[in-house]
This record gives sequence, C-alpha cells and structure tokens, in this order.
Amino acid sequence: MSNILECNDLTKAFSAKKALNNIRFSIPRGKIVGLLGPNGSGKSTFIKLCNELLTPTSGEILISGKNPGIETKKIVSYLPERTYLNDWMKVSQLIRFFQDFYSDFDPEKAYDMLSRLNIDPNDMLKTMSKGTNEKVQLILVMSRNAELYLLDEPIGGVDPAARDYILDTILNNYNENATIIISTHLIADIEKILDYVIFLKDGEVILTKGVDEIREENGKSVDSLFREVFKC
Amino acid sequence: MTWELQSDRPIYAQLIEQIELKICIGVFPLGSKLPSVRDLAKEASVNPNTMQKALAKLEEDGLLYTNRTSGRYVTEDIQMVKAVKRKKAQDHIKNFVDKMTELGFDDKEIVRILSSSLQKEDTKNE
Repeated sequence: MSNILECNDLTKAFSAKKALNNIRFSIPRGKIVGLLGPNGSGKSTFIKLCNELLTPTSGEILISGKNPGIETKKIVSYLPERTYLNDWMKVSQLIRFFQDFYSDFDPEKAYDMLSRLNIDPNDMLKTMSKGTNEKVQLILVMSRNAELYLLDEPIGGVDPAARDYILDTILNNYNENATIIISTHLIADIEKILDYVIFLKDGEVILTKGVDEIREENGKSVDSLFREVFKC
Repeated sequence: MTWELQSDRPIYAQLIEQIELKICIGVFPLGSKLPSVRDLAKEASVNPNTMQKALAKLEEDGLLYTNRTSGRYVTEDIQMVKAVKRKKAQDHIKNFVDKMTELGFDDKEIVRILSSSLQKEDTKNE
C-alpha cells in the first residue's frame, strides 16, 4: 500500500528565514507518529503545509499521492493549534456543522464521546473552560473516519487526567489503516502510544526512529532523549 | 491488575513481561481466550502495533497460540507456565542478590538475613 504522506525536498521560507529546509520523509498508513521539536522548529509550519494553509516554497507534499487541496481535505482530519470555531455555537450545532462539511463525520461517535466526558451538547463553546473547549475540538476531529489525522498540540491545555482520556480517545477512534500525526512537546505523556517519532530542529529532520528502538539503543525514554538533543 | 510501564526500557519488552506475569498469576488463566489486541492496547494505554508485537513474540515462545477463526488463547501447557514462573523467580533472586552484594554482604550473610527475615514473617503470620 502506498504511503499516506510523502515529503520530497520540502522547503518553506518566510522571506529569508527557512522554517523548513529541504525535508524528506514518508509516513506509512496505520501508524501513530510523533512530530517533536522545540518551539520554532517547524512543526506547525509542516502541518499547515499539509492542510494547504501554507504553500511550499519548493518541493512537495503528497497525501495519498495528491498535493494538498480539496481532495486531500476529504481524507485529512485536522486539529489546529488554535480554535477557528465560532464560540457562540452550541456543541450540537457544531456537530451539525461538521456533518455538513465532512461526509465521513460520524455524529453518533461524537455524542458518545461527549456523554462519556460529561459535556452537555447544549452548552456553547464560549461558556466552557479552555480544557473542555479543547476536548470538544478533539472529539469533533476524531469523530471523522479519516485516513490521516493531523493533531497540532492536542493535549496542551488540559489537565493530566483529561490528557489520559484524550490519549485513550485517540487510541479508540482511529482504525488500523489510518495514520495519526501528533505534534507536541509534551512527550512523556504521549510516547507510549507512538510508533515512532520525527525530531525537527531548526526546520530540519534530525531523527526518525521507533520509540522502542530509541529506548533499546539509548536506555532512556524519548522524553529524556529529547531533553538531551535539544538541551538549551 | 494494572499495567505499569517504565520509561527507560522498550515498551514491547515490558508488555511481554507483564502478560507473562498475568498468565503466571492467573489473571489470564490457562487455555483462556485473550482480549483483542485493541482492547489490550487500550487497557495498557499503548500503541496497538506495540501490543501486537508483544503478542507475536509470546506466540513465538509458545505461551500463546492463535486459533485462526476465534482469536488468541493462553497455552494449556502447565509445564510451560511453570518454566516461565521459575525464570521469573530466578530473575528476582538475581536482582536481590546483586543488590545485597552491592551493599557489601557475602553469600552466607545474605542467606542468614533472608532466612531470619522469612522466619519473622512466619511468626507474624501465626
């Protein structure tokens, strides 16, 4: 089966500064991948390129063999770093909104997750805490039956207990042929569920390796390795 | 019984040890059907591919077997489980002896300390 995502010599420059410099990798289907790097390493730039929110300066990204565009958006479920949803909308309205937009959206799945997290579908986004707000967004994104999930900092604003729940939600709601790319710097919380990690530094890929390989070869967690590699 | 994973060792190796332990102490009884890969992965909060890898290794070792149509089962061979138990016991003992030696006790002293503390346990239990 073809790779779900391929980057060929991908470069994105903002005037003189190269946010991504000639990166090249491919990601197979059915994997959970951590995109790790310190602030400003190019994680969000990469994810935005995948969603056509930015366009490459040179090189290309292929998602299921296609350049990012309408066709790829049908199969990519994206959780942005910042919310773009209208905060006056109720959760139930957001669910209908997503249903209209995406043919692979499963409202039943969304309502099920909401009830397990004790979130009232009649609540408006703006009346919610930051953490609950993030949970709602993740639920919406994970309720699609997508082929590729791009989660930009999905656990940043929630407490550790909810973090565990969110990781469970991620594990529960992806099917074996889908790939999930999670960008984060909260590595310790997330490394158990990753197949492998991609380390980004100053816009370049400096390491692509399996989590267990890292532990085996270095005798330490991905989190410790990260702290070592990116020591300030 | 919960899953405890340390952060400095490969996850799949730890999953293997814990499933072996669960078989030894009867959480997964001899001949019983194992939960699905997905459910086990969920329970342990790990990646399903990692759980799959651990189960495949246990299968290779013979502790688990797959029935093509109905899933994965624990072996019915009690000797095999006993062997795993002995192996685990050896590991614990080696670990203990290493630590005691590090503290400066010789073999005789280790035996004496161990048996006297076991006796104390006995009297406590009576």
